Amino acid sequence: MKKIIASLVFCLILFSCSKDKDDVVLGALVTFNFFHSWDETSVTNSDFNTIKFANANGENLSIEKLRYLISKVTFTTSVGEQLVLSGYNLVDVTNNTNLSFTPIETIPFGNYTNVSFTFGFDNEANSGNYTDLNSASWNVPAMLGGGYHYMQLEGKFIDSNTNETGYAYHTIRAVDNSVSPTKFEDTFFEVDLGAVTISNSTIINVEMNIAEWFKTPNIWDLNVLNNMLMPNYDAQIMMFENGQNVFSLKSVE
Amino acid sequence: MSCSNEEANNYVPTPSSLEIPQLFEDNILNPVIPFNNPQTVEGIALGKKLFFDPILSGNNPQSCADCHAPENAFTDSSRFSDGIDGILGNRNSMPLFNLAWNYDEKFFWDGGAFSLEHQAFVPVSSPIEMKSQWKQLQQELQNHPEYPTLFNQAFGTSTIDSTLVTKAIAQFERTLISSNSKFDKYLLGVGTLTSQELNGFNVFMDETKGDCFHCHGSDKNPLWTDNKFHNNGLDATFTDLGLGKITGDPADNGKFKSPSLRNLAFTAPYMHDGRFATLEEVINHYSEELKTSPTIDPLMKKVAQGGVQLSAQDKADLKAFLLSLSDDEFINNPVFQNQ
Repeated sequence: MKKIIASLVFCLILFSCSKDKDDVVLGALVTFNFFHSWDETSVTNSDFNTIKFANANGENLSIEKLRYLISKVTFTTSVGEQLVLSGYNLVDVTNNTNLSFTPIETIPFGNYTNVSFTFGFDNEANSGNYTDLNSASWNVPAMLGGGYHYMQLEGKFIDSNTNETGYAYHTIRAVDNSVSPTKFEDTFFEVDLGAVTISNSTIINVEMNIAEWFKTPNIWDLNVLNNMLMPNYDAQIMMFENGQNVFSLKSVE
Repeated sequence: MSCSNEEANNYVPTPSSLEIPQLFEDNILNPVIPFNNPQTVEGIALGKKLFFDPILSGNNPQSCADCHAPENAFTDSSRFSDGIDGILGNRNSMPLFNLAWNYDEKFFWDGGAFSLEHQAFVPVSSPIEMKSQWKQLQQELQNHPEYPTLFNQAFGTSTIDSTLVTKAIAQFERTLISSNSKFDKYLLGVGTLTSQELNGFNVFMDETKGDCFHCHGSDKNPLWTDNKFHNNGLDATFTDLGLGKITGDPADNGKFKSPSLRNLAFTAPYMHDGRFATLEEVINHYSEELKTSPTIDPLMKKVAQGGVQLSAQDKADLKAFLLSLSDDEFINNPVFQNQ
């Protein structure tokens, strides 16, 4: 009986404390869910490994691997204040992991003129050492500047000789190490999702249109650019340009 | 709580955490230790004894170490291992080290075993390997003059079963850590590499040359494997489906686990079926002999030309670098020997 009473007292204390906490909580966690499409058609990993997509250049292709890094989720208020959240997320569509990302920070209730994230890492973040990303073999060789991949999109396409040929569309910070000093160009970019209101726990659904990586403004010719793209400075710039219209806000729940 | 203490027997296992090497600690996630099989001094010692004891095989001619020899980084120098009846398997025995860092816990060339404990379970009763009957083996161990006491010390019960046998072996296997190669010492700043080895590392990391790093790790991933499954262009058609046989997905046909590139000096022959006797043959395969198939990995380049066409110098340098990943201290560590 003493134990039961002690437990009840403990529970009362516990719930009292939570109530006090609830009274002062003025924000909520926000979850980002990542969806994928090929233009109007939804894409999941069940669509992988089959040549069923056609890019803007007319090549038929499959997807075998898609994973990408997002970081620096940022909420901007109407007066321009920015709430930059810690953490990053390696979305792995192939293995259906990390398609949902909930930063650990609570977002204060209110209206935000913009919510954004960085595709990849900015240069400061890219200079860090991350055990989870290293374990995922996500590194970029030091000879290419080091740091991490931003995206790995791989599969096969039907080439101009009607053969199935592999492609590896890997995005990293652009580097030209054929010149001295080595030339770098930033290729991470901010994805603006627009205004949101946080009034309770919120789910923000983000969509990547994979077809856009091959479309705008650069029509991508896989016969020319299919592999060994990491050390290809010009290809990395084109990927950066094509990435600008890849993401969109699908919905807010 | 007090009741359970009163009921406890003399089972007081001694925790024995893994000694995580500096490069592992600095660069990769922590090892996977199952919550229901923590490392203990007694469990590891028991696992080691079992690993080297032919009692695990039918009629007792063969131990785990027969196909996983310490001097070969715990693999078999033969292409295929023969079981107790002399029947050959169709896969090369996998080397055993750094197994606790297999985060997906998929073991065997085809990923057919989930968890190290399950992996240890399979060969004991395989009809072409150790060919034991678990019931009979349990009885044999139960009647042994030492094992009941050792199991009691390790697990708090002298009633022996297959679960505890494989738990003990898995504990021992998790201690098989290799982290003292010449390249490790170079990364730690306590050793140097030759210019040939350094150039070989560049070939390894260069996407236009070896491009080995995408599947085999880098200086930031001391495992030297991604522990994933790939079709690396060995065959145009498959007699062994590999991962595909396990998943039933045709897209996985011909895929096998990327092995670690550590200790290659001791682990010949190479590939899942041990088809290559030398590192030269392995490098030539990636350079000129790739064969296309529907599931070949997109990272295999210039397949129509047979591969990336490395120069003779790059091949020699790459080999020199690969050999710098071998760890003599590991294969000579007395803690891992049958003593």
